[in-house]
Amino acid sequence: MTTAMTAHVLMHAPPVVDPSSAHGVFSILWLVIALPALGAVVLLLGGKRTDRWGHLLGVATVATSFLLSLILFISLLGRHSGNRQVSQHLWTWFTAGSYHVEFGLLYDQLSALFLLLITGVGALIHVYSVGYMEHDDRRRRFFGYLNLFITAMLILVLASDFVGVFLGWEGVGLASYLLIGFWQHKPTAAAAAKKAFVINRIGDIGLSLGASLIFVTFGSTSFAVVSANAHNASSGTLTAIGLLLLLAACGKSAQFPLQSWLLDAMEGPTPVSALIHAATMVTAGVYLIVRSNFIFSLTENARTGVIVVGCITLLMGAVIGCAKDDIKKALAGSTMSQIGYMVLAAGLGPAGYAFAIFHLLTHGFFKANMFLGAGSVMHGMDDDVNMRHYGALRKAMPYTFATFSIGYLAILGVPPFAGFWSKDKIIEAAFGDNLVVGLCALIGAGVTAFYMTRLMLLTFLSEKRWEKDVHPHESPTVMTVPLMALAGLSAVGGLLLVNNWITTWLSPVVGAHVEHKLGVGSVGMSLIALVVVVLGAAIAWQLVGQRPIPTVAPEKVSFLTRAARADLYGDAFNDEVIVKPGVAGIRGLLVFDATIVDGIVEGLAAAFTAVSNAFRHVQNGFVRSYALMLFAGALVVLFALLAVNFG
Amino acid sequence: MTKFQAPHLEYSLIAPLLIVLGVATLGVLVEAFVPRERRYLAQTVLALVGTLVALGDTLWVFGKLNPVHGKVHPGFVVGQGSLALDGPALFCWILVLGFSALSILLFAERRLEGGVTAFAGQASALPGTEAEREASTRGLEHTEVFPLMMFAVAGMMIFPAANDLITMFIGLEVLSLPLYLLCGLARRRRLLSQEAAMKYFMLGAFSSGFFVYGMALVYGYAGSMDFAHIATAVASGTGAHALLLGGIGMLAVGLFFKIGAAPFQAWVPDVYQGAPTAVTAFMAAGTKVAAIGALFRVFFVAFGGARWDWMPMAWIVVILTMVVGSLLALAQTDVKRLLAYSSVAHAGFMLTALLGARSLADIGPGNIQPVQAVLFYLTTYGLTNMAAFAIVTLVRDSGGEATSFAAWTGLGKKSPLVAGIFSFLLLGLAGIPLTSGFVGKWAVFTSAMSAGAWPVVIIAVLGSATAAFFYVRVIVLMFFTDGATEGPTVAIPSVLTTVVIAVGAAGSLVLGIVPGPLLDLLGRVGEFIR
Repeated sequence: MTTAMTAHVLMHAPPVVDPSSAHGVFSILWLVIALPALGAVVLLLGGKRTDRWGHLLGVATVATSFLLSLILFISLLGRHSGNRQVSQHLWTWFTAGSYHVEFGLLYDQLSALFLLLITGVGALIHVYSVGYMEHDDRRRRFFGYLNLFITAMLILVLASDFVGVFLGWEGVGLASYLLIGFWQHKPTAAAAAKKAFVINRIGDIGLSLGASLIFVTFGSTSFAVVSANAHNASSGTLTAIGLLLLLAACGKSAQFPLQSWLLDAMEGPTPVSALIHAATMVTAGVYLIVRSNFIFSLTENARTGVIVVGCITLLMGAVIGCAKDDIKKALAGSTMSQIGYMVLAAGLGPAGYAFAIFHLLTHGFFKANMFLGAGSVMHGMDDDVNMRHYGALRKAMPYTFATFSIGYLAILGVPPFAGFWSKDKIIEAAFGDNLVVGLCALIGAGVTAFYMTRLMLLTFLSEKRWEKDVHPHESPTVMTVPLMALAGLSAVGGLLLVNNWITTWLSPVVGAHVEHKLGVGSVGMSLIALVVVVLGAAIAWQLVGQRPIPTVAPEKVSFLTRAARADLYGDAFNDEVIVKPGVAGIRGLLVFDATIVDGIVEGLAAAFTAVSNAFRHVQNGFVRSYALMLFAGALVVLFALLAVNFG
Repeated sequence: MTKFQAPHLEYSLIAPLLIVLGVATLGVLVEAFVPRERRYLAQTVLALVGTLVALGDTLWVFGKLNPVHGKVHPGFVVGQGSLALDGPALFCWILVLGFSALSILLFAERRLEGGVTAFAGQASALPGTEAEREASTRGLEHTEVFPLMMFAVAGMMIFPAANDLITMFIGLEVLSLPLYLLCGLARRRRLLSQEAAMKYFMLGAFSSGFFVYGMALVYGYAGSMDFAHIATAVASGTGAHALLLGGIGMLAVGLFFKIGAAPFQAWVPDVYQGAPTAVTAFMAAGTKVAAIGALFRVFFVAFGGARWDWMPMAWIVVILTMVVGSLLALAQTDVKRLLAYSSVAHAGFMLTALLGARSLADIGPGNIQPVQAVLFYLTTYGLTNMAAFAIVTLVRDSGGEATSFAAWTGLGKKSPLVAGIFSFLLLGLAGIPLTSGFVGKWAVFTSAMSAGAWPVVIIAVLGSATAAFFYVRVIVLMFFTDGATEGPTVAIPSVLTTVVIAVGAAGSLVLGIVPGPLLDLLGRVGEFIR
């Protein structure tokens, strides 16, 4: 972090959230949430009666929400730029003396963009799901969960204080859990759902502790009060709050070291992967950091933590993406990596907040597009996800191929597609901050080009390697139309940068944008990035495209490939660093049989169960042992009292 | 020769207590003089009406404190200084009486057992003997449970309102003895039930011994049993400090035992599991209210000046309780035992408020006070638990209640409504936002945190996260796991149990969405007098 930049931050205190109360057209704000909520209630409680038209209701509520969001957005555009924060008070949740916890909504430039993304992409994915889930006899329930998710996600981005965010945060976690495990007949899906839930709880602890610390420090959790008083807090407190919020972001956004659940989460139906685990929920961490800019702008230490997490994850995700044969897992690795970019940008402070959001939006478009494309491919390939069984699908699925290609060009950062504009800005800002950080971002772009080209080659190009009895075919119109819409957005999403619109638009929320002048200039940087991208793609073309592709993954591979296939030993890391020492420590104290555990979930559960079982030996049912315990407890109490006073 | 002076009693203020004791005594007479076939109705109506009248009267007394608006009256010391009827005490009374009214409904439920209550037909008949079978075929039932329960209620009212150690001890014993008996009266699994009663009795007696010894030590230190005098002695600092510390420790053991705090929690799972579920519900809600109220009074009023002495001990107990409760709950495979360990964990969460103890000057006018927080927590916890245990009575197979996880697997398919309500209650216990449990946790954790006990709060949040895991596991079992087709059924209860479930769930819901009024009210009346 340069000193110049610190000085700059101090000169411009982060903006204060000071909304005016909603009236006129803005008084419909609550309806945006209420509609999908109503849908969820009707679909989940309505029972079999709603089977026939349930999915249509699900689509209609979200589509209407999107229309309302659009109306709100246009109204917001019509307002003066200093007057674009609107709050709607719903009810006072609780009051205790001078403490008020309000349940209110905050509609401003930041939440406006999120509203459009969530309801827009959400509506498209709802439409797509009508076709994708057509043969599933629990389709109504699926739409109920999807509506529930949209509701929770909207609460998350519209809440006007941290407690409200927490409510939405838990809600999306619950919906994600339900949807990952939707195909409950698959044990892998159930295990993945459990893993996601447990790891997300670790992140949630960060958010609840962070919110508690905010409450104790500022006497309120509302954005308005906290942002107005943040500069009065000590730097230690701010750093602690920042790091706790970062922990929360790591859990929800699958950032290192809490990343391992996202790859497993691909067990859920593909529209879920597109909506929740690519476009919206996993970006909640980025939203949280950018929304709390009034904290992060004042604490350089916490921001450094954010940058480090972002850099590690963007490289990790990219490397994992290189070795996966499962098309959804390759895309999941890519999602991790792209969110790493956003987190990195958010960690850059005022220089990066706007670009983090910009990349979040464009990524929402092109990644949802590619996930739905992958779903379309799977639909045509009898739900086979192994890319080694694909090949030459461009002829069988022309629309899917065409739309996927646009997503591909967008994620690579080829001009003029959306990803070029957003990713380039992040790389530029990263170099402006620190050479190492910039290099990480640049290398990440090259690796991205490699794995995406590999994915394209394996799936759509090269020769066909289909299994017997597989007859690939294009998906129905109800699925291809959303693909085209998203492809269109992936192509033109860069328009948001025209005239620096996005940075100007967001500056009242995240503070004035800080520009760094690079030695090579903006265009020079873009050219360098482009060269790296082409290099990455060319290597993939050479290594994958010019050789025959075995339908079974080769065993004799380099160490790096093996590591990447094993998710860079994310689970093994958890196992070694958290589980095994815990288990060993307990074993030192007590005698029990530790089972060899695999993965953090089983591991933690086993460690806890081991402790539990050890305690259970004490809980043996003999009243004499209980009496002895009581006596020992009395000694503990007395000892604690005496030790303090006479020790 | 000194003339005998009749004690001055404020009958109008202690009327609720007298009503409850009177009803209990009347209940004994009913057992003696009313024919067997009419006793059930007589006892139920008597107990229910008595409790409701006492509740109404308590509300009237409570109203004298101006809890809603106007200048708050601090409270009354009555009965020659033996009872303190202040805000916390009267609110504990309201809670105890409210939960008792609900428990009476559970006690009186007859439909689930095919026309008889869930209590043993003839407690004196040995399990598995001819006499037992005969009692069963004749459809006998013990209606003595109602007066027994009313005596326990009286004890639960005396306990948190006691203003000196002697009265407190009497409250402790009056509440405990009937409970020991009630625990052993289950109609099904009688050996388990009797074993539970025996354990509870022996350990309870043991812990009472500690309590009495503590009283003696404190008397030795302060020369008085009176909380006000003890507080003065502590403030002046005269007397042997070791006596005071020993006294605090011994009293704490007795109180922590009743609350079920670690390391004195060993009895909780066995007793909760063995006791008839209606009694478990009554104990879980009522005893907790009474014992927490008493504990806070002793530690805030009598020993408030010595809090730097007992605070580290309280930290240890609170942390142990949360950790032991949450961790042990993970390994449970029985719903009743799970709820028992969850109650241990909740005892730990509630006790974090004890760590918020500060002199009133340190607590800003707007801060959440520890007593306010813990009373709110008790309200939500009691309501939620009441309804949860009521639901436990519904899931049955041929052997009575089926409480193993295996039996609950796939319950969501058989009875979505019951499983749905139970899930809601579990989410409330887990403290998910918008349920009352969240606000309760928020309140106690905040009061502890603003007193600087943040390490405990971190452990508490970790504990709640662990707890959420085992609650959600039950939800997953009910809704997302396929159960055996030949499993237990969900019995349709009479209106009695239905009312309990409805009141508990609705209360939990309402307090989650609009906790403000209650929190406000408790903020106004949350101060002890001496």
